[in-house]
Amino acid sequence: MREHLRYYLPTLAVFVGGIVLWEVAVRALQIQRFLLPAPSDIAAALVDNRELLVQAGATTLLEAVGGFAIGLTGGLAVAFSASRFALARGALMPFGIAANAIPIIAFAPIMNAWFGVTSPVSKMMIVAMLVFFPVMINTMRGLTSADAASLELMRSYAATERQILTRVRIPSALPYFFTAVKVGATLSLIGAIVGEYFGGATVALGRIIVESASFLRFAQAWSAIIVAAALGIGFYLIIIGIERIAMPWHASMRGQA
Amino acid sequence: MSDDAAVVAISGLGKTFGADGSGTVALSDIDLTIRPGELISLIGPSGCGKSTLLRIIGDLTAPTSGTVEVNGKPAARARTDRDYGMVFQAPVLFDWRTIESNVGLPLEIIDMPRSRRAGRIADMLALVELSDFARHHPWQLSGGMQQRAAIARALAFEPRLLLMDEPFGALDEMTRERMNTELLRIWEQTGITIVFVTHSIPEAVFLSSRIVVMSARPGRITKVIEVDLSRPRSDATREHDRYFELITEVRESLKSGGPGRPAEEQPEQVR
Repeated sequence: MREHLRYYLPTLAVFVGGIVLWEVAVRALQIQRFLLPAPSDIAAALVDNRELLVQAGATTLLEAVGGFAIGLTGGLAVAFSASRFALARGALMPFGIAANAIPIIAFAPIMNAWFGVTSPVSKMMIVAMLVFFPVMINTMRGLTSADAASLELMRSYAATERQILTRVRIPSALPYFFTAVKVGATLSLIGAIVGEYFGGATVALGRIIVESASFLRFAQAWSAIIVAAALGIGFYLIIIGIERIAMPWHASMRGQA
Repeated sequence: MSDDAAVVAISGLGKTFGADGSGTVALSDIDLTIRPGELISLIGPSGCGKSTLLRIIGDLTAPTSGTVEVNGKPAARARTDRDYGMVFQAPVLFDWRTIESNVGLPLEIIDMPRSRRAGRIADMLALVELSDFARHHPWQLSGGMQQRAAIARALAFEPRLLLMDEPFGALDEMTRERMNTELLRIWEQTGITIVFVTHSIPEAVFLSSRIVVMSARPGRITKVIEVDLSRPRSDATREHDRYFELITEVRESLKSGGPGRPAEEQPEQVR
């Protein structure tokens, strides 16, 4: 416990120090509130709007997690089917890489038009698209990443394709897969919030940020941003927790509790 | 099968890499019979096809011509019957498995019931003296210990033939000598037949009952040397006059082995 404390103390100090500096700077330099509200103002807005923010956070989180689940399932399904067939892999990979390079978020207004501006489904579809491509590409790479010697070893045992998949290919793919899932977790909240910027249900984080800002209620906008940040960090931490349970053997995990 | 029957019978074997037989000739006119309980070393310069020959015996590579029989059946059949265990230069242990689970992998592949697996794994770990490390992960072990785990794994389903492709090539000299002594102990304890690829002359002399000397381009067998050093062999064997004579004999055969010129291409052999 004490070890942990010593490890996290510098980080905590920087955090607290940063907040204090921010507060002091805003007051001392008399920065206009609509440019940058003081932390105390933002905290007050958080408390005042807590019920609204909880509701809005729940809406946005549902969109993000729902879309994440759809994109993840789709990405995995395509990767697993394609990894069995070299031809399909060769045909799909260029599209995957190209799709991964384009700003998918640009489709947000189109998704809103297709699936309904106020419906959470339109946001989920944007998130799903954002998550799908990295998961598909990385999982496909991971499934074909097993080294030649491991595959020869399995061949020397006359192992079946299924045994090779479960005992070599899937464990070898896990690090690739989790890299994509972590990217996807971050992208999912970005997708949901930016999707909401283009219109959506009133009580959603993206809507609160856009509307508060347009009415110059910046402390309120910031309070919604804080909630979004907390959700993003929380989601990311959960993924990291799952990663540690799933592959404690991996080099990046060794020596960690 | 009677005890005198060949474990490995190779005749007229050739291997050409590249399409339509126009590529590099890796092996040509290989004839070799390996009897039960032998420890055969394949030695030669890089490019002499010694690893390729081993891989053909294990049906990991197909020959271009000729036949290979293992335990009296075609190599492909012997592989699907799990007639041999294989040890590569790298240990090829899976990081996501403990040592005991790595050793048990081939037993899972052949669907041995879990209850029977545990006993076999314990026996194999005891054989390579790794019992205390059963629950460790591969990265927590030294290179020599990892290779011992790989040997335990190769022996797990009690094959009659062990194929080893430069298994100690990546180890330092001290560890390599210790592993050689270990391997002889295991060989004597199990009575298994071993085909051992190496480019270390001392290693080949110390271990083998027969040394198959090969030359490069094309890979051929140039000489087969009987190693008449007494057994059991130990560190004292390495100080015998006969040991040095045999080392010289192998070295001379490698030099006269044609265009391969091992002494120049394999500086590690002339240390």
